[in-house]
Amino acid sequence: MRIIVAAGATALVVLAACSSPGAATAEITIFAGSSLTDVFDQLGTDFRKTDGSARLTFNFGSSSTLATQIINGAPADVFASADEENMAKVVAAGVSDGEPQLFASNQLQIAVGPGNPKKILGPADLARPDVVLVLAAPTVPAGKYALEALSKTGVSAKPQSQEVDVRAVLNKVSLGEADAGIVYVTDVKSAGGRVTGVAIPEEQQVLARYPIAVVKSSKNAELAHGFMDYVLSPAGQNVLAEFGFSKP
Amino acid sequence: MRSERPPALFVALAAVGVAFFVLPLVGLVSRASWQTALGDLTSPEALTALRLSLVVSLAATALALLLGVPLAWIYARVPFRGRDVIRALTTLPMILPPVVGGVALLFAFGRRGLVGQALDAMFGIRIPFTTAGAILAATFVAMPFLVLTVESGLRSMDRRYEDAARTLGAGRWLVFRRVTLPLIAPSVFAGAVLCWARALGEFGATITFAGNLPGTTQTLPLAVYIALETRPEVAIMLSLVLLGVSLFILIAMRDRYLRGV
Repeated sequence: MRIIVAAGATALVVLAACSSPGAATAEITIFAGSSLTDVFDQLGTDFRKTDGSARLTFNFGSSSTLATQIINGAPADVFASADEENMAKVVAAGVSDGEPQLFASNQLQIAVGPGNPKKILGPADLARPDVVLVLAAPTVPAGKYALEALSKTGVSAKPQSQEVDVRAVLNKVSLGEADAGIVYVTDVKSAGGRVTGVAIPEEQQVLARYPIAVVKSSKNAELAHGFMDYVLSPAGQNVLAEFGFSKP
Repeated sequence: MRSERPPALFVALAAVGVAFFVLPLVGLVSRASWQTALGDLTSPEALTALRLSLVVSLAATALALLLGVPLAWIYARVPFRGRDVIRALTTLPMILPPVVGGVALLFAFGRRGLVGQALDAMFGIRIPFTTAGAILAATFVAMPFLVLTVESGLRSMDRRYEDAARTLGAGRWLVFRRVTLPLIAPSVFAGAVLCWARALGEFGATITFAGNLPGTTQTLPLAVYIALETRPEVAIMLSLVLLGVSLFILIAMRDRYLRGV
């Protein structure tokens, strides 16, 4: 019995400690589109160097999922979206604090297996019957952009799967399950040698713009704004450029 | 069952426990838009997912019956070295995170997988991104429920009926078909229903291994996940369908559950 009580008490203490941000250390949670996974990890590390006591937690996923979570009250402090549409949803729901700022832009690229074994030369090849194509779901920014690019190309390429976010598309290609997927230029770069990138011609390109905003319910608005300012600062912009992102 | 007055502390903690499980369901129901319920459930995306989920979950149950009943029979009747380890391996998906199961399936049956590579090279068969892949993923996570239920049925049945049949000259196959199977029929049925319910709710292994495409691999749980962002009212309605089916099955199968598998 004593063990049960002790276990229960411990569980409650842990639960309480985990659900409320500690007052002693400043902590913020950043919700960011999955294409920002690597660069935001780096930005977080660099930001911590400037503010040693700050604790940052990241939640990466499709921007559409994140926007839904934030609108439904998820405890986010900062939201960085891979498109303006999902940011607009958050703003319209009245849960953003101040105007969102554009901090980066990105372009699309076709990710193929290392060395391009299927000899995919451009978007037109994605409609080939021997090519297993995977896109992000149309609800996800990367999927929406990919459909735009394909429609500009005029090819009716049918994906064999609509993945939940752009990183899932990248994984399917790097695992060899798919021959090709449309991802961001930065995703191909972050995958290193696991995939090869095939350029999409300028006239079929889509420009992805990334806005960032502080969430109204943030308990650490000061730190949240600090992180957002850092992303927009020259230092933050340099990190973004290193990871292949373009200026907004 | 002997009734007993519960201590106040237990009542309080039990009430918190019940609230913890019931509140999310109440939340779901409270967000449902009943006026549009029928339209939402008969929308093309919902119907496609419902149809596919029925096909996938029933096929997975059939596959689990085909492979699971013999497996359960061997577990129950044949003591062999390493039986406990093998049984643990084949029931692992019950507690393994389904996403891990999906990744493992990829490494076995994916295009670069141990078996998948050969299937592709020899027969041009590719499993990921096909309905077959969704069925395999569902079978992987759901079959253990059937195997354990059937094994417990085989262990608790009275084997003297089999002995009697055998002394009357019945062969092994005849005994199995006409004596064993009817005797364990309730277990097989219960196992199949639990297996079907688990297959119906499968998400992680499916999306990881089979992908997500409406009409091909986008089963109900995947459709719920995707629709939550664009058409939450459809997502909630589909969730309620899954909830209703699961609740009905658990109530109907309560004896099986309480007795333990």
